[in-house]
Amino acid sequence: MLNKDLTISKDMFEPAHVDPNKSEKIAKASLNFWQDSWLRIKKNKAAIVSMVILILLIIMAFVGPLLTPYGYSDQNTKHNNLPPRIQGLENVHWLPFDGTLSRRDGTEYNAYEVRKVDAYYWFGTDNLGRDLFARVWKGTQISLFIAFMAALIDMLIGVSYGAISGYVGGKTDSIMQRIIEVIVGIPNLIIVVLMILVLKPGIIPIIIALTITGWTSMARVVRAQVLKFKAQEFVLASKTLGASNFSIIFKHMIPNMFGIIIINTMFSIPNAIFFEAFLSFIGLGLQEPNASLGSLVNDGYKSMIAFPYQMIIPSIMIALIMVCFNLVADGLRDALDPKMRD
Amino acid sequence: MAERQKLLEIKNLKQYFNVGKPNEVRAVDNVSFDIYKGEVMGLVGESGCGKSTTGRTIIRLYNATGGEVLYDGVNVHGKKSKKQLKDFNRKMQMIFQDPYASLNPRLKIADVIAEGIDIHGLAKTKQERMERVYELLETVGLNKEHANRYPHEFSGGQRQRIGIARALAVQPEFIIADEPISALDVSIQAQVVNLMKQLQKEKELTYLFIAHDLSMVKYISDRIGVMYFGKMVELAPAEELYKNPLHPYTQSLLSAIPSPDPISERTRKRKSYDPASHQYNENELVEFREVTPGHFVLCSEKEFKLYQAQVK
Repeated sequence: MLNKDLTISKDMFEPAHVDPNKSEKIAKASLNFWQDSWLRIKKNKAAIVSMVILILLIIMAFVGPLLTPYGYSDQNTKHNNLPPRIQGLENVHWLPFDGTLSRRDGTEYNAYEVRKVDAYYWFGTDNLGRDLFARVWKGTQISLFIAFMAALIDMLIGVSYGAISGYVGGKTDSIMQRIIEVIVGIPNLIIVVLMILVLKPGIIPIIIALTITGWTSMARVVRAQVLKFKAQEFVLASKTLGASNFSIIFKHMIPNMFGIIIINTMFSIPNAIFFEAFLSFIGLGLQEPNASLGSLVNDGYKSMIAFPYQMIIPSIMIALIMVCFNLVADGLRDALDPKMRD
Repeated sequence: MAERQKLLEIKNLKQYFNVGKPNEVRAVDNVSFDIYKGEVMGLVGESGCGKSTTGRTIIRLYNATGGEVLYDGVNVHGKKSKKQLKDFNRKMQMIFQDPYASLNPRLKIADVIAEGIDIHGLAKTKQERMERVYELLETVGLNKEHANRYPHEFSGGQRQRIGIARALAVQPEFIIADEPISALDVSIQAQVVNLMKQLQKEKELTYLFIAHDLSMVKYISDRIGVMYFGKMVELAPAEELYKNPLHPYTQSLLSAIPSPDPISERTRKRKSYDPASHQYNENELVEFREVTPGHFVLCSEKEFKLYQAQVK
C-alpha cells in the first residue's frame, strides 16, 4: 500500500525552533502534596462514598438527638419496648418501620394500636421507654468522641516518643524501645480492666485505658521513619546548614511522615470504637443514662428475641462506622503514600 | 602559585565506626592532607574506601575518632559555641550525591534554597529573601518561576543545580562535593561540572571534589588524592598523577579507565592490585612520603628509594 507519490524531500523539513530560555520551563501546573493526594483519592469510589457516609454520621451524631422531641435520657415507662414507627413509611409493609411486632407463635400485631400509643418513635424505645433514635445518635456521638480523643492522644504520645527515640538513638533508643516492649507484652485487656476498676467507669477513664497501651504502634512506626530520614541527604544538608534539631524534626521529618501518621491514626479510630464497644458490652463502659454504641447493644441483646430492633440498630451503626473508617483509611493509604500500596 | 595559602589542614584524621566491637570499621585511617585556597582537590578511590566519610567528617556530620581538621588555623571539631558553629557552617558547605534524596520533597524550591538564609538571618525582609532566591536560581541556570515548584517536578540535573544553589545561599568559601555527578547521566554531568567550574572562578571557591569517575576528576581537579581502604595512598597534582602514578593501586586504578579509541582500548591491559604485593616487614614504617615536591606516596623506606629512582 506504499504510495509512490509520497516521496520525502529535503524541503519538506523545517528546523524546529527551540527557545533556549524556555527549555527549562515546566508546563504542568504545580501541585502540592495534598492536591496530588486529593487527585488520587478522588478515583477511589469506595473511599469517597465511605467519607460521605462518615461525614453524614458525624453530622447526625450532633444533630440527631435534637430532631426528636424526646431526650436521650427521658424515661416514659408507659411507652417501653415500642418498635420503630416512622410517619409516612408506616404504610409500607415490607419496611420495618410500621410499628408491628411478632408474637412467639408468629402472628403480627401493631404494638402502637394495641397499647393505644399515639406517638412516633423512629427507632422504637427501650425497656425503660427511652427513645432509641435519640440514644443511638447520642451513643454514636460519645463513641466517636472517645475514639477521636484516643486516636489523637495516641498520635501525640506516639509521635513524640517515637521521634525522640529514633532521633536521639543509642542507649536512649534501646531503653525506650525496651519500655515499649514491656507495655506491649502485658495483655491489653488486663490493663484496661484494672484501669477501669481503679478509676470509675466513665468517658475519661475509658480514653485513658485506651491510650495507655494504644500509642505503642504509632511510636514504633514513627521511630522507624525517623531512623530512615536521619540518614537521608536532605536532613544531612540542613545539618550542614546549621539547622537545629527541633527544626530538623519538625520541618524536615514530621511533614514527610504526615501520610503514615494520618493512616495510622485512621486505622486506630475504628479499633478504639470497637474496643470501647467491647468494654461497654462487658459492662466496664459507660454508666446509665449515658449511652455508647456498645452499651446500647448490651442493653438490646437482653431482649434480642422479642425486640430485635433494640440490638440490630446500634449494631448496624457500629458496623457502618467500622467499615467506613477502614475503607477511608485504605483509600488514604493509597493516596498519601502510593509506594506503600499492597 | 608562590603564596599558596592553606585553607584546610587535615591531620591524622581517623573515623572508626563500632569502636571496640568485633565489627569495628576503620573508614578513615590516619589521613593527612592540605587543601589550598582556591584549588580543586579531587578525591578518588573505589566504593567504600572512605571518600565520602572523609568529606562528611571534615564538615562535622560525624565526630572524628581522632586527628584534627584545621580550617584557617582553627580546629573544626571539638566543643564550640553556637555562634562559632554557625560561622563555621557558613564557611563550609556540601553538595550531595543523590539529587533525588537531597531535597526535602515537602518543601518548595524557594524554601529549600532559603533554608540557609533563614537559619543565618541573611535576609531582613521577605522580599529580600525571595530576591536572593531568584538570584541564586539564575546563578545555577534556572528560572524565577521554579521557586514555587516542588522537587519532584525537576530532573536529576536540575535538582543537583538546586542543591548547588542551596549550598551557595550562605556564601561559603569551601564546598565539599560528595560525588555530585555520579547519579547523573553523562550529558548532564558535563553541565553540572561546568557550572561548578564557572562558579569556582566567579566566587573564588575551594572545592573538595569526591568522585570515582577518574576522567571527570582529572578535568576539574588541580590536585588529586587516591584513597584505598581508609588510607590516602597517593597525592599529587592532577597531571603528575596521571603521568607518573607511583603507588601500585593508583596504577591499577588508572589502568581501569576505558579508552574511547577502540584500537588502543583493545590493547589496554588491566592491572590488578594486591595489597600483599608490598611484602612489608612488620617493623617497617609505612608512611606518607614526598617523592617529588608535591607528590606524596604511602610507602616504606625501601619503596621510597625505589620510587625516587623511578622518577629520575
